[in-house]
Amino acid sequence: MSMTIEREEIAPATMSRRVPIRERGSVALAKERKIKIQTRNLCFYYGNHQSLFDNDLAIEANKVTAIIGPSGCGKSTHLRIYNRIFELYRGQRATGEVLLDGKNILEPEVDLLELRRKVGMIFQKPTPFPMTVFENIAYPLRLHFRLSRSEIQDRVEDALRRASVWEEVKEKLHTSGLALSGGQQQRLCIARAIAVEPEVLLMDEPTSAIDPVVTLKIEETVAQLKERFTIVIVTHNMQQAARLSDYTAFFYQGKIVECDRTEVLFTNPKERKTEEYITGRFS
Amino acid sequence: MKRRSLFYRRMVEYVMRGISLLVLGISLGGMGWILWTLVTHGISVISWTFLTQPSKPYGVENAGIANALLGTLYITTVATLLALPPAVAGGIYLAEFGKETKWGNLIRFSANVMMGIPSIVVGLFVYAIYVIPTGSFSGFAGSLALGLIMFPVILRTTEDMLLLVPDSQREAALALGMTRCRATLSIVCKSARNGLITGILMAFARVSGETAPLLFTALWSNSWCTHFFTSPTANIPVLITEYTTNSPYAAMHAAGWGAALVMMAGILVLNVGVRWLFQE
Repeated sequence: MSMTIEREEIAPATMSRRVPIRERGSVALAKERKIKIQTRNLCFYYGNHQSLFDNDLAIEANKVTAIIGPSGCGKSTHLRIYNRIFELYRGQRATGEVLLDGKNILEPEVDLLELRRKVGMIFQKPTPFPMTVFENIAYPLRLHFRLSRSEIQDRVEDALRRASVWEEVKEKLHTSGLALSGGQQQRLCIARAIAVEPEVLLMDEPTSAIDPVVTLKIEETVAQLKERFTIVIVTHNMQQAARLSDYTAFFYQGKIVECDRTEVLFTNPKERKTEEYITGRFS
Repeated sequence: MKRRSLFYRRMVEYVMRGISLLVLGISLGGMGWILWTLVTHGISVISWTFLTQPSKPYGVENAGIANALLGTLYITTVATLLALPPAVAGGIYLAEFGKETKWGNLIRFSANVMMGIPSIVVGLFVYAIYVIPTGSFSGFAGSLALGLIMFPVILRTTEDMLLLVPDSQREAALALGMTRCRATLSIVCKSARNGLITGILMAFARVSGETAPLLFTALWSNSWCTHFFTSPTANIPVLITEYTTNSPYAAMHAAGWGAALVMMAGILVLNVGVRWLFQE
């Protein structure tokens, strides 16, 4: 019950932020858009198989950008280039440019540890580490920052609060993170990712393994987080993209068919393929 | 569409279930039989003296197996200490870095070959390269032989256990800006911890009963093992061999059965205890 009320409180706020932008018109908008990530001619290969083709995409700072498209269209593949996590696997490679604040992160001399601190990631399935709830957040925090014991405690609490899970786990901080429910685990992972102060948050279908009630909670969390982070979210759920995002990119067969403000893409798509997909006339 | 006969499908189900139960019965029955034989032959000699006194020549009062129990513990523990670091390191390499690489495949193949070497050959090998040059049988030589047997087992167990950890754990760790080394040691190995410890203790239990390699290395002694590196060292498997096959006396046969019962009980406790402690 209380949840629906919270939800209603957030929705108008999000709307009211959007309205003036729409009124300003696209010319003014283009001037004010601060681009956080810009990809140019981005291609991706699994061995000899090319799965992304010349992706050009601009991700605006402090906005939520949703990536939608049918299964296997390359949404996750595209997202996983932003923090170069694909390099864990042999034979996977990306070509082209991914400019983060104007600097190409695909250059070999880029420091991966620093890149990944700046670009956090949430996965489809929750991935708590086999340690306590507290340590799940404190451990990566200590790797990146020199902090006193009390500072760490404050940061852990702050991260859990921002991930809207503090009230549920504050009594369980010293039990195993694996003992939490799936939805709590996923919010723990969000807390863990934001605790190290990233600039960008990548979310790879973060709610696909989560029940609808917790999904709403996570969406509310995301809506609040965008004030501090740039968020890119891959989702199968078009309602989620419509509810949550400021911009939406539609991927099809490894190509970006269309990218626009979410309300434009969903109400007035330019491409026939996009329209077919969002209206469900698509296999 | 013509329906398949339900009768036939049910019959297959019953037959398969029957076969499974039969096999279960055979394996449980076999284990029960072994235990029963050990208990009936060995229980009569078990006493406080038997468990706390060292072994003595035939006819001497108050003989026991305590020196052999301790010796086996020493030899096997030192073998584990020798084999563990390189085996775990190798297992980590295979699982995390050597997947489908030339070196990885070569190491994996060698480990498999090594596992197939008969233990008596390992004993002979250590006899040739260590016992003869040092001029003496010793507990440490036994440890070398058992360590060589444990090495490939622990290596492959480590690899298998680490491969059971889903890649999502590795990705999550790396995505937080951890180094590959940190992610492997702190996250992946920690996730696999129970499996790793279980595997290592199983290998420990397995080699603690190896006899053939010890015949060429640790040999046998009636004294406490005070000179682990320089003298023959008492151990349970060789004690059993000596007492039950090389001695003409019924009392020695009984002591051999008793030692076998004690060892079996120890390994059973270790096996069950480990599984119970580290069950998921």
